[in-house]
Amino acid sequence: MAKTAWERMQIVREKNRPTIRDYIPLIFDEFVELHGDRGYGDDGAILGGIATIKGMAVTVLAHVKGRDLKENQASNFAMPHPEGYRKALRLAHQAEKFHRPVICFIDTPGAYCGIGAEERGQGEAIARNMMEFMSLKTPVISIVLGEGGSGGALALGVCDELAMMENALYSIISPRGFAEILWRDASREQEAANVMRITAEDLVNFGVAEAIIPEPQGGAHLDHDKAADAISAYILKTIPKYMQNPIAKLLQNRYDKFRKIGKFTEQKGANPV
Amino acid sequence: MLQDLFSKVKSRVSVDKHIQAKSGVNIPSDLMFKCPRCGKVEFMDAFQMHNKVCSNCGYHARLTAAERIEEIADNFTFTEYDKHMKSVNPIDFEGYPDKILQQRRRTGLREAVITGECQIMGHPCALGVMDARFMMASMGSVVGEKITRLFERAEEKNFPVIIFAASGGARMQEGIISLMQMAKTSGAIGRHSQKGLLYITVLTDPTTGGVTASFASLGDIIIAEPKVMIGFAGRRVIEGTIKQRLPDDFQSAEFALQHGFVDMIVERRDMRKTLAQLLRLHSGEVAYHG
Ligand SMILES: [Zn+2]
Repeated sequence: MAKTAWERMQIVREKNRPTIRDYIPLIFDEFVELHGDRGYGDDGAILGGIATIKGMAVTVLAHVKGRDLKENQASNFAMPHPEGYRKALRLAHQAEKFHRPVICFIDTPGAYCGIGAEERGQGEAIARNMMEFMSLKTPVISIVLGEGGSGGALALGVCDELAMMENALYSIISPRGFAEILWRDASREQEAANVMRITAEDLVNFGVAEAIIPEPQGGAHLDHDKAADAISAYILKTIPKYMQNPIAKLLQNRYDKFRKIGKFTEQKGANPV
Repeated sequence: MLQDLFSKVKSRVSVDKHIQAKSGVNIPSDLMFKCPRCGKVEFMDAFQMHNKVCSNCGYHARLTAAERIEEIADNFTFTEYDKHMKSVNPIDFEGYPDKILQQRRRTGLREAVITGECQIMGHPCALGVMDARFMMASMGSVVGEKITRLFERAEEKNFPVIIFAASGGARMQEGIISLMQMAKTSGAIGRHSQKGLLYITVLTDPTTGGVTASFASLGDIIIAEPKVMIGFAGRRVIEGTIKQRLPDDFQSAEFALQHGFVDMIVERRDMRKTLAQLLRLHSGEVAYHG
């Protein structure tokens, strides 16, 4: 029996669920972290750097979840400010220059909502990342580790291929927010999770995701090594597929991947179904 | 055609029901306008004569898409694109089709954006206008597809694009499909831009959420109407996070200008000639002919 979205949400919220900081030493041989957006500051909610996997250099961009309060304060519970997205964009352009593929790890409840975020242009930062990643002349693979929330996730999600961890969720807004906005009742969170169509299988069916990375029985928190091995295997299998493509074809396919998402009717007089 | 559009759209100002209810005074919205910014009440006739701008504080109230097109486009030049495109129910969310039908009946609109081509003081351009009356002009598949096609057609025809943005954000009822429209529209803007074509956004009341975080923020030139609300996160969400009341001018057009996110604030009465000037400054008329 496939697990419901709500059941997966409980797995994703397990305290021992691996974060990007757990995964990096397990997936990559080397990692050099790079900081700052060169304009305002360094956002702890997004990590970036250069890594190698089986001797191949890649650029890693990731949302940073913490496992205790101290870690979460440093990473603002993985809710980035504009300078986080701008750091990611700077490092993506660096990857383009040096012909390194980019691997984005998505794990965020969403972009931060606060005064500084508005003052520094949260909307502009997310919009620019989407536009620029769409024409980035190097392969981009995104992997949703736990939760992918809203535009804050999509700013690292414009890619050639999106993979979901088996229990990961990717949604327009948190189920709690969804229940609050549409039913004015945040307590209907569980019901919302189950009607929003946010599981890995849902996203593959919608053509939003292309791959599902298996987790160890019971969830990634029970065996970090095994979860990391599955991610490594996926990256090693996937990167060459896109590195072989001529850039023009790569970019056309990336555009088409997003271009075809959307459901509507153009029949005259048709009622919504 | 536009005439068709006008026949269906009853020209009526959008009055913020929330504010109206709070005032405790029952004001017939057809006769009076109450400014949501400063609270001033004035006769609808005077308010309409003044281009729906508050005579006290200068707040630029919401226009319908039809009113906006009439104000901006040269007479009889607007040709609508994709006028039959309508929403379906991509995630089978209960109640969404009824909601859409109800919005269509109430507004006479098929969806939250009207797109097409027109001339502005003789300059051809592609034009998109959002109408906040339709589900707060939230972006679902139809808005995303119409905006994307607008840029693709403009790219083919070498047209500049002007979009009057207004939105409450993403269309929650379309789930993840709605979110992906942000990437789709941003990608289409990138291609139009790479061809060296101009894109102007005009931010009107209110421009927020997923629309701020996609096509509204990607103009080569970004204009805002005075006193309108521009932001990413909802004011109440931020107030809930920081546990304090935000200043009145937070997320205003003036706030966006001060922080470097809009190029200029333009009053409604000057909008058409400002757009025409910007179109001319990017046309062959002023290109270097050395
Ligand atoms: Zn006023």
